[in-house]
Amino acid sequence: MQTLYLLVPLAPLIGAITAGLFGRFIGRTWSHRITISLVFVSLIASIVIFFDVLDGNTFNGSVYTWLVTGDTRFEIGFLIDQLSATMMVVVSLVSLMVHIYTIGYMHDDPGYQRFFSYISLFTFSMMMLVMSNNFLQLFFGWEAVGLVSYLLIGFWYTRPTAIYANLKAFLVNRVGDFGFLLGIALILMYFGTLDYAAVFSSVPQMANESVELVTGSSWLVITVICILLFIGAMGKSAQFPLHVWLPDSMEGPTPISALIHAATMVTAGIFMVARMSPLFEHSETALTLILIIGGITTLFMALVAVVQNDIKRVVAYSTLSQLGYMTVALGASAYSAAIFHLMTHAFFKAVLFLGAGSVIIAMHHEQNMQKMGGLKKYMPITYWTMFIAALASAGVPGFSGFFSKDAIIEAVGFANIPGVEFAYFCVLATVFVTALYTFRLVFVTFHGKPRMDTHTREHLHESPWVVTLPLVVLAIPTIAAGWFIGPMVFGDYFSNAIYVSSQHDAIEQLGATFTGIGGMMMHALSTIPFWLSLAGIFTAWFLYILRPDIPGKIKKWMLPIHTLLDRKYYIDEFYSWFFAGGTRALSKGLWKFGDIKVIDGFFVNGTARVVAWTAMLVRRFQTGYIYHYAFTMIVGVFILITLWLYQFK
Amino acid sequence: MLFGFPLLSLIIWLPIFFGLAVLATGGDRNAQAARLIAISGSVLGFLVAIPLYLQFDPSASTMQFAEKHVWVERFNIFYHLGVDGISMPLILLNCFTTPLVVMAGWEVIRERVSQYMGAFLIMSGIVNGVFASLDAILFYAFWEASLIPMFLIIGIWGGPNRVYAAIKFFLYTLLGSLLMLVAFIYLYYVSDGSFSILDFHKLPLPIEPQILIFIAFLLAFAVKVPMWPVHTWLPDAHVEAPTGGSVVLAAILLKMGGYGFLRFSLPIVPDASQQLAGLMIVLSLIAVVYIGLVAIMQADMKKLIAYSSVAHMGFVTLGFFLFNAYGIEGAMVQMISHGFISGAMFLCVGVLYDRLHSRQIADYGGVVNSMPVFAAFFMLFAMANAGLPGTSGFVGEFMVIMGAVKVNFWYAFFAATTLIFGAVYTLWMYKRVIFGAVASPAVEGLQDISKREFAVLAILALAVLWMGVYPFPITEVMHATVDELLAHVANSKL
Repeated sequence: MQTLYLLVPLAPLIGAITAGLFGRFIGRTWSHRITISLVFVSLIASIVIFFDVLDGNTFNGSVYTWLVTGDTRFEIGFLIDQLSATMMVVVSLVSLMVHIYTIGYMHDDPGYQRFFSYISLFTFSMMMLVMSNNFLQLFFGWEAVGLVSYLLIGFWYTRPTAIYANLKAFLVNRVGDFGFLLGIALILMYFGTLDYAAVFSSVPQMANESVELVTGSSWLVITVICILLFIGAMGKSAQFPLHVWLPDSMEGPTPISALIHAATMVTAGIFMVARMSPLFEHSETALTLILIIGGITTLFMALVAVVQNDIKRVVAYSTLSQLGYMTVALGASAYSAAIFHLMTHAFFKAVLFLGAGSVIIAMHHEQNMQKMGGLKKYMPITYWTMFIAALASAGVPGFSGFFSKDAIIEAVGFANIPGVEFAYFCVLATVFVTALYTFRLVFVTFHGKPRMDTHTREHLHESPWVVTLPLVVLAIPTIAAGWFIGPMVFGDYFSNAIYVSSQHDAIEQLGATFTGIGGMMMHALSTIPFWLSLAGIFTAWFLYILRPDIPGKIKKWMLPIHTLLDRKYYIDEFYSWFFAGGTRALSKGLWKFGDIKVIDGFFVNGTARVVAWTAMLVRRFQTGYIYHYAFTMIVGVFILITLWLYQFK
Repeated sequence: MLFGFPLLSLIIWLPIFFGLAVLATGGDRNAQAARLIAISGSVLGFLVAIPLYLQFDPSASTMQFAEKHVWVERFNIFYHLGVDGISMPLILLNCFTTPLVVMAGWEVIRERVSQYMGAFLIMSGIVNGVFASLDAILFYAFWEASLIPMFLIIGIWGGPNRVYAAIKFFLYTLLGSLLMLVAFIYLYYVSDGSFSILDFHKLPLPIEPQILIFIAFLLAFAVKVPMWPVHTWLPDAHVEAPTGGSVVLAAILLKMGGYGFLRFSLPIVPDASQQLAGLMIVLSLIAVVYIGLVAIMQADMKKLIAYSSVAHMGFVTLGFFLFNAYGIEGAMVQMISHGFISGAMFLCVGVLYDRLHSRQIADYGGVVNSMPVFAAFFMLFAMANAGLPGTSGFVGEFMVIMGAVKVNFWYAFFAATTLIFGAVYTLWMYKRVIFGAVASPAVEGLQDISKREFAVLAILALAVLWMGVYPFPITEVMHATVDELLAHVANSKL
């Protein structure tokens, strides 16, 4: 079994190296054959491991010693339990589908082999992240997925927008990682180890330890650590105010928007907090912060999605909002619900993205929804799979998204952590907004009158099977994954991997009312979220199918609000003015003034000038003219004689 | 261990001997012979250094491979050599770098080839002498001698402003080290006539002279490292130096300063070191933050990498003065990793400079279109420079940050800003040079790297990755020495 553990990350790594270094020699077909089969190997191994874990065979052990320093051993190792096994299956399944989809999507791209190399490298990095049994390897995987994301956003490196977006993504993530690394440093300092199991087992002894970072204000150590770790999660999982990189990351090819910027990498922050539940459970302050940040992200990013016209951007803002849901769930101590939503979201959002990609290919790389319309009859498979995903996203009972989202909303309702009221309002209001923007996307793209030019229209056709197959395969869990909510959220499936303190028993209370998925659906009919969701779908239908003339009027009527949303609350403008501009100005100031004027100009060259000046002065005494020396001697003698005579006075 | 075999002498004098042989080939008629002798000498120099690692006993904290002969009897000056876990990795780094530098200058240098190659080989031997000397005067002789080849390399094969840069480099570093000589002579009298560095380590000293000696050493070593605010010679020297000169300067010569702190300041004046640790840490953090910021706006690639070098060396001095194993071992790892990465970065700039004869970022753009293989290497080294885990750049910074947080959270906080600034200046430069649309017809016509350039960059790439994925063997040889040093520093000499 341990060989199998190694196989899961190493198979895609071998694929990445083969396609990356030897892609030129083995050609396009062999590059995708090799990478796809190796990711398939990874998927099979993950499934075998998953069932092995279900039998109760978890594993925690090291692979090799990375470094020894002081009294600490840093090891590379695996922790295989329900949490990591679930993530492994989700990651390898979505990754395999995206690999297959790429054959169709990147068919004509000159960087074909490079693309396969990158996505396989991503799969390796993500596996290292989720399978880690220690913070060091977690950080390695964390930054490695960031690297691959950087490479893939900038995949089309001649586009100025793409290379702007990838730099922005990397730097914003680095801000998060800055906090994350400091959190890890504090863990090493207080716990003396970076091994999960050892850290978690000594959390209770550390629970009341406090630290004064600034003289006079004392903080719980656990709170400081949790907040720093969460800053890392905010970067990776794109939570306000570090969310700005995710919408821009849509500059990358669509398959990676689905794989990295929706289904897997961006959920790493959620996974990490869930993994760290034994730490976070000891800090209500951190949980409150998580609730507030998650609530803001959920609602305000969903609102932006309503006014976007770029099909990928709608889905991107939807991703931000859904990540907000997961974050809120973490803050409410409903970790299992967060991971459950992570899983269902991975499936339905992958379908939405891959479907959007299918539309984009058909439209000859046009992404503006206003230039689409009526695509339903040309692309039935894409339409129906996206329709299913939209139903899941809007939370219609029976579909996967309903179960996970409803569990989160209900759990937040039961939670008693400070700040929960605000978060509850946000997640509730967002149900309506989600249904609205999702079905706006479906209706504007697939229904109504075709608005594209005739040339494009004549060439419209369904995408090839390599594109539609992943859509159909992923549509199955989009419907069905939610049915496992009983064991996964309310049962003891995660009981070894996730710790919930007895005071934060929202999920337990909710579980007590759970009577099976049928009962949950019946119960939903009498709750607000269901009706909000229906109202959202109805509004979308009314505005975009029945009376398509109204949205324009609303836009005119609420122009300031529309502009505010369209410009994404001016956050990008503020950041580029304040942070980017400020840093450049500071840099230039320190360089031109500090280095050139003060240090080099005044001290270094100043010293040289003083030496030169002294030399000039001293040189005057050595003119070489005898009468100068004679004159000086006479003056000297005169002074000496005067002084000598003065003595006798 | 090869008992009694003078391995260290061989490591020092073999490159110097070959360097003289290269010089003897004379004019450029025999350039090819000069190159061949130089490459065989440098490779041989690396091969003879390998037993140093293989036969090194990592469990011993004493000096190994020791050699001791009388040099000047009247003043008790000995030809005394030996290495421990601190100097041995640095000698290996030096011997590893020299063949790469020779290869990098292979067909690029066309004038006075024998003198160019000879200077590098001779310098390689001299620097080995610096790291292996256990006698203060012997050390001082090698230390000052190392200035001469570099002075010539910058002054003869350098850019348009080479004379200013060469003289600035020479005076700055020479003035710094004069006070060190004064300190040695003082210690000679206090120790009743010994120039042995190991005797100095055991010498009890009151606090006032300790502080004065610390300052004398500080001037010498801080200029070499270089620490803020005595760093301004480095950007000038790098900009004017030929590629090989920059590589050796960054990869090797700066490490002499770092080594000096560990061999002299900390063990000889431990109390003063501890008293002034706060000052040293603040200076180091200024180097990390201030220089990191300054690097962002540089328009000249070499200047940018030079500033980034200063910022990375800030981690080295920070690590030393944390007085814990994470800090000192992290600083050592950082020195070696910086040798690989800064060397590789300067080589990458050299590859571009050899083709377009410009170091200005603005003259490039879209290089990946014509040089994809080069772009891939440059990407790896840029990421290593930004401290990406899995590359050697991460290991040292990680260890030092872990050490810093134990002393004071805010030290770690400011040190960790390198995660942001390092990524900003490196990747922003990378973006403007490599990505984007093709900037000019000249860029479009660029030839991708030759087999020779590929070999040099590939060797460094493997070193960077190997050290990032498995740093265990490198740190393993340091533990005993570092533990001994820490125990020694903890004992007051008052």
